[in-house]
Amino acid sequence: MDRRKSIKALVLGTVSTGLLVEACKTNEVKQPDAKADAFTGADRMLEEKAAYEKLMKEENFFTSHEMDTIKVLQDIIIPKDAVSGSATDAKVHEFIAYIIKEKTELQTPLRGGLKWLDMQSLQQFDKVFTEAGQQQQIELIDAIAWPKKAKKEMAQGVAFFSLMRNLVATGFYTSEIGVKDVGYMGNQPNQWNGVPDEVLKQYGLSYSEKELRECAKYS
Amino acid sequence: MGELQIKKQSKHYDAVIVGSGAGGGMATYVLAKAGLKVCLLEAGPNFDPAVHSTQLKNPWESLRRGASTKFRPFGDFDGCYWGWDIDGEPYTHANDTKWEWWRARMLGGRTNHWGRISLRFGPKDFKRRSIDGLGDDWPIGYEDIKPYYDKIDKLIGVFGSNEGLENDPDGIFLPPPKPRLHELFIKKAATGIGVPVIPSRLSILTKPLENNKERGQCFFCAQCNRSCKVYGDFSSSSVLVKPALETGNVDLITNAMVREVLTNKEGLATGVSFIKKDEMQEYQVTGKTIILAASACESARLLLNSKSTRHANGLANTSNVVGKYLHDSTGAAMGGVLPQLFDRKRYNEDGVGGMHVYTPWWLDNKKLDFPRGYHIEYWGGMSQPAYGFGWGIENQNGKFLVKGKQKEAGGYGASLKEDYRFFYGAGVGMAGRGEGIAREDSYCEIDPGVVDKYGIPVLRFNTKWSEYEIKQAKHMKETFKEIMHAMGAIITWGADDDEKNNYGLANPGNIIHEAGTVRMGNDPKRSALNKWCQAHDCKNLFCVDGGPFVSQADKNITWTILALAMRTSEYIIDEMKKQNL
Repeated sequence: MDRRKSIKALVLGTVSTGLLVEACKTNEVKQPDAKADAFTGADRMLEEKAAYEKLMKEENFFTSHEMDTIKVLQDIIIPKDAVSGSATDAKVHEFIAYIIKEKTELQTPLRGGLKWLDMQSLQQFDKVFTEAGQQQQIELIDAIAWPKKAKKEMAQGVAFFSLMRNLVATGFYTSEIGVKDVGYMGNQPNQWNGVPDEVLKQYGLSYSEKELRECAKYS
Repeated sequence: MGELQIKKQSKHYDAVIVGSGAGGGMATYVLAKAGLKVCLLEAGPNFDPAVHSTQLKNPWESLRRGASTKFRPFGDFDGCYWGWDIDGEPYTHANDTKWEWWRARMLGGRTNHWGRISLRFGPKDFKRRSIDGLGDDWPIGYEDIKPYYDKIDKLIGVFGSNEGLENDPDGIFLPPPKPRLHELFIKKAATGIGVPVIPSRLSILTKPLENNKERGQCFFCAQCNRSCKVYGDFSSSSVLVKPALETGNVDLITNAMVREVLTNKEGLATGVSFIKKDEMQEYQVTGKTIILAASACESARLLLNSKSTRHANGLANTSNVVGKYLHDSTGAAMGGVLPQLFDRKRYNEDGVGGMHVYTPWWLDNKKLDFPRGYHIEYWGGMSQPAYGFGWGIENQNGKFLVKGKQKEAGGYGASLKEDYRFFYGAGVGMAGRGEGIAREDSYCEIDPGVVDKYGIPVLRFNTKWSEYEIKQAKHMKETFKEIMHAMGAIITWGADDDEKNNYGLANPGNIIHEAGTVRMGNDPKRSALNKWCQAHDCKNLFCVDGGPFVSQADKNITWTILALAMRTSEYIIDEMKKQNL
């Protein structure tokens, strides 16, 4: 059941939460567009909408070369695997292009880091990072992806790559693909009857008689 | 430029109420239901959770994936408009003191996003001076307020359990939700070392509320902080103001920033002047009684800005206590991971918005080096990913075996994806919320040199913690460490505090329980209000937010704000019947 419909049904009290839980299991969830909502959503106050409109008039922060580099990096960090798609599949770069305008404190570390990476690439392979071969790219990344064993002179690169890794992971695991990957199963009408029995059993735990007696139960 | 005009509303109200949060909402509700004509002024826009809440949005429906902005410091989905800083409305600090001031600007105020922790004060909480010689006793006791707590439990709804604890009184509770998995671990570990863990007490409807068809039942999305579209939890906007408006006895004026309380030559309050923010036009509205509920600090600011010949020191301030005794709850926190929860089975464990269990204060302060207690709040588990998810993995994935393998910290690729999955849902944390001492030398006052964009003089804060609060924070941290160790958790933050950072004690104001600035008392020389929250100096002026609090216990203050506001409102009705007002 669609989010708006399910909320409406709950408000009107026409269905019990139990029925909604069932309905939500069987129907595809159709999602509204985040960009449209930022302008017109009822949950945004006037000042937020004005700030968003102003922000959208600003030019993109990253150049197209910087964006290309980010796209290569994000799929090295989060590639497609047996469970889910890649960062590019999840459009993480679009999230990064937006958030960089709001989180201005990230602008210099990212821009500078991308440049640092290109300079390393140029020195070693005579090519910018995006034009280096796959093996060469991985060689460069291996020099900065492991904070504990990286060489001292790579420290700036390590800091940049850690930031990039964090930003890509946040963008990916807050996308539809990523939420499904990590297995978050909430954010829908539900009835809480406690930890599932098999999980209690797994950990050797049980509810006390007092809890079983006094806590809310649902059927 | 035209002439500056003040528009005067012709209607004369029984009550003009400033602010629509817990206190103002309750006053509006009680007075309107009794048939009084009420004008309710709110500094922010209209807000109805059914229409305006972000509830059930997914993280990708936010362009910033739930990251905070200055408009929503607690994240893009949070239900509170504004917070620590509001454009055009500054506040200042004396010297190097720190007060963090949260201000909501919306119908219902900060009740739209609060934690719904609804704790009654206990008998001892009203008589602390008699117990430890610090601060002051309240002019009322638990027996005076108990009937109102009972009524509010029934009117608004709160879940919990009756435990027969002396200073954490029983209530009229809906059934609490069962503990989540990490809460079972917490309970087992804490009780094992003598720290009690009992069901939390939150104003959330785990069952339908008797005699109330307007409010839906909780459907366990864990998003009370966004405000609830089915009114399954308490927000002043949905639970109090909405039914009050339906009586037809309330005129609500939104985007109305009140400048001052007006008085006549007899010294009685006659009305308020306010600016309509959307048109920058000045208005006046009059009433038989004026009820301030703008938040403890905003109400103090209003009184101090309401100077007249009769009230040269500000209104209701011959005692000179308005703005003083400002205090917040203490706060300190710690977090980590529970290795036994790595690679855990997935299921929906959203539950209600907030903890299902908590720890009420359990020790005797006579045996400790600090005078007042604290309660402990808990969190953890498989929550909805938001901006910040996965941040700092390089500090985690080299420290633990992942699926039996020792990996190098950091990394990338399919192996990194495995790590995020492996660690998800294993987080656990806790925070203390304690009672600080209300002191005369901890205060807010009018900054003589600064006004906001409406030309209203602003507050300057001068607050500091004392040794008592710092020692309490130290004790919190020691307790948290013991609990974490007892359950086998690995602490990842909050464990390396010391005297240099006050043991992680949050800045005053940061816990958002401002209180004490318009305190009540029997002695007009030492208090602004009498025991009915009625100004000693001005009998038709009342204050029903956190301002009247003499002390604020180790309990969140909302339930007591509601109880006091209801009590004061009934007193006003009674006094009007007797023609005393």
